[in-house]
Amino acid sequence: MRAAAFSWQQAGVGLVVPALLIALWQAAATLGWINPQVLPSPLAVVDKWIAYLLPLQPYDRAAGNWLAWAVSGELIVDALGSLYRVAVGFAIGAGLALPLGLAMGANARVYRWLNPLVQLLRPIPPIAYIPLSILWFGLGNPPAVFLIALGAFFPVLMNTIAGVRQVDGIYLRAARNLGASGPTMFVRVILPAAVPYILSGVRIGIGTAFIVVIVSEMIAVNNGLGFRILEAREYFWSDKIIAGMITIGLLGLAIDIAMNKLNNHLLRWHRGLEH
Amino acid sequence: MSAHIHIAGVGKVFPTAGGEMVALRGIDLEIPQGQFVCLLGPSGCGKSTLLNAIAGFAPPTTGTITAAGRVVTGPGPERGMVFQEYALFPWMTVADNIGFGLHIKGQPRAQIAATVDRLLAMLSLTDFRHRFPKDLSGGMRQRVAIARVLALDAPIMLMDEPFGALDALTRRNLQDELLRIWSELHKTIVFVTHSIEEAIYLADRIVVMTYRPGTVKRDLLVELPRPRDPAAAGFNTLKRELAQLVMEEQQRHHHDELRMAAVD
Repeated sequence: MRAAAFSWQQAGVGLVVPALLIALWQAAATLGWINPQVLPSPLAVVDKWIAYLLPLQPYDRAAGNWLAWAVSGELIVDALGSLYRVAVGFAIGAGLALPLGLAMGANARVYRWLNPLVQLLRPIPPIAYIPLSILWFGLGNPPAVFLIALGAFFPVLMNTIAGVRQVDGIYLRAARNLGASGPTMFVRVILPAAVPYILSGVRIGIGTAFIVVIVSEMIAVNNGLGFRILEAREYFWSDKIIAGMITIGLLGLAIDIAMNKLNNHLLRWHRGLEH
Repeated sequence: MSAHIHIAGVGKVFPTAGGEMVALRGIDLEIPQGQFVCLLGPSGCGKSTLLNAIAGFAPPTTGTITAAGRVVTGPGPERGMVFQEYALFPWMTVADNIGFGLHIKGQPRAQIAATVDRLLAMLSLTDFRHRFPKDLSGGMRQRVAIARVLALDAPIMLMDEPFGALDALTRRNLQDELLRIWSELHKTIVFVTHSIEEAIYLADRIVVMTYRPGTVKRDLLVELPRPRDPAAAGFNTLKRELAQLVMEEQQRHHHDELRMAAVD
């Protein structure tokens, strides 16, 4: 199946319902139906979002370079902080899960030894580790990264195990017939055959990491998007809360689009995928 | 080099829930170098089991198989296998699939590229070298699978109903291609099929197998001149004769299924 080329008409159709909702929302705010502290008008949210995005200080040539100034806005600092935690936490979690999953998938003995423990730990949601993570790592980035790594670890692990175990026997036979064994078999046959599963694990893992980063920032860190929207609540800045939520949504969307691109590139050989 | 296949007293028993199933019993075959042999029979006659035993994927329960002077104990590069399901590696391009065996052997890159180029040309695949298997038709995929085996220059080619999934036209096309390659490269070919016409069109020798346990029912040489014409009288005489033999086994298969259904 081939995706239809981008069409303005379809994009336009997709925008009708959101536009109507926003218009209704704006009308409700303008006509004073809703207390603005409960739900500010969309224009107020956009105003806040722009203020949140722009640098706090005016540009001062003496203070240094322009780019550093341009990204000194609170929103950008928060977004980069959150992204940084997701990146580091995910890299650690997936970095540990991938080799372990490959070993557990490929070797029945490793699987028998470790699977019971994995099954025992897997149902514990990463959020349940919050108290322990603060006890162990204090406040700041370390507990957040720990929780994110944990959130990314299990999806990647489970899918890697499944991916290696489901490799079609016909590929193994064909490869053995061509003389493959040991490391060549693993790197050139088993691993690529498992990639579709592994990537879907990566995708779930990043999604979990993104949830966990927001939660952990609300609890253990004093910057980042999760922290900011919780902080805004204390001042009844509902416009800033919504601006922060929209940013979280945009960031999630960007990560998803990037993952999709990576997926399509790595699986360009796979049946049923677009080029 | 005595690149022939020597099959002595080969039997194969599979354990099943309802006791042991004898797939092969007392198979003796001598296949001289360069002979094109078709194993013919209905499904369940053990022809694929025998081929897998020659390939070294599933060792026989009794008896021995010697190929190219060595006793078969596992898969080996002197016995290239072409599967019905193609079994191309979908994550490799056509060129990488063909070169994979040589890559495993540790051949230098330039040499692999030269062999791959030659095989691409031989099988009319040059325009497809950078494609992935998913972008190819069934016939094209099977060409790649044949090229992949030829790359290793195995003296023996084992083919498990390789053209079974192809439409009639593509099938004839590939049969002709295979005959051309065979006459050029003098391979020993063991080819499994359940198509009588395919067997007569291709083979020097046809081994008809019985249904369960698989034994040799008839072992005959095809003396018809090549290229063979499926419309010729000699072709059809042989076809009728073989059809009679295969039908007998097919009926035993059928009775067996009825009996099994009755037991259930």
